[in-house]
Amino acid sequence: MKARVTVTLKTGVLDPQGKAIEGALKSLGIEGVGSVRQGKVFDIELDGADNAAAEAALKAACEKLLANTVIENYRVELQA
Amino acid sequence: MKAAVITFPGSNRDGDVAKALRQAGATVENVWHGDHQLPAGTDLVVLPGGFSYGDYLRCGAIAGRAHIMDATRAHAARGGLVLGICNGFQIACESGLLPGVLARNANLKFVCKRQHLKVERNDTAFTSAYAKGQVIDVCIAHGEGNYICDTETLARLEGEGLVAFRYCDADGQITAEADPNGSLNHIAGIYSPNRNVLGLMPHPENLIDGLVGGTDGRGMFESLVGAKNAA
Repeated sequence: MKARVTVTLKTGVLDPQGKAIEGALKSLGIEGVGSVRQGKVFDIELDGADNAAAEAALKAACEKLLANTVIENYRVELQA
Repeated sequence: MKAAVITFPGSNRDGDVAKALRQAGATVENVWHGDHQLPAGTDLVVLPGGFSYGDYLRCGAIAGRAHIMDATRAHAARGGLVLGICNGFQIACESGLLPGVLARNANLKFVCKRQHLKVERNDTAFTSAYAKGQVIDVCIAHGEGNYICDTETLARLEGEGLVAFRYCDADGQITAEADPNGSLNHIAGIYSPNRNVLGLMPHPENLIDGLVGGTDGRGMFESLVGAKNAA
């Protein structure tokens, strides 16, 4: 089973990298860019086929390591 | 004073802090991150500066989950002293020893320079050799030193006197211009509630020898050795 975990900064947390990327996109003349927030994506392969067990394991992985929940949110998506 | 300096993969200031501790009169043992136990009789655990695990994932995140950190948390829970410098401060936050996060510097620049700090209080094991309000001249070298926490935590840190050092100018003025990284309330270092754990971004161990630019860092190591002798 494959899964994708997305970690993003919480609303209100300063994201200087996102700001710099936003500035670079605007300077390239790419139109319509309002704002940019940078995050992280983890593609994870899991043993087993039990969705509930996989979700529980990934939630534990996020809480224990992948996200720092002081400043970050996470989202888990299981893929067929 | 028996100090244990932990080496993580990518630590690079472990030798310097060991030298500073020995100069002040401490005995120092080097401990590997994969060890499960601290040496018997350890008074102080030092999490040194560097780039543990190449700053992968988040600075200090992987080192903060090392085996030796379980022993370090137990040591801190017993009231033992823990000092986290720079990457060690990041590791202390990631491991739950201290609250908050060291985020990317607000100006996105890695800063490597001399920096003045104001000593907020001198009644702790780390700062008794300084005067309250003293301005000290040390070094900083970091890209992720922007201290962030939620408003509740910030109010607690301020209300309980847990801010250890703030960035200031040479005259002791605490201003946004003197803050190299955008930290909340210009915080350079914080204590745990019992003030037995200190994390700070600046490097006091750089300034222990007049031959290399100053000795304002010595006070921290002399304080620690003095705290043990007084106990």
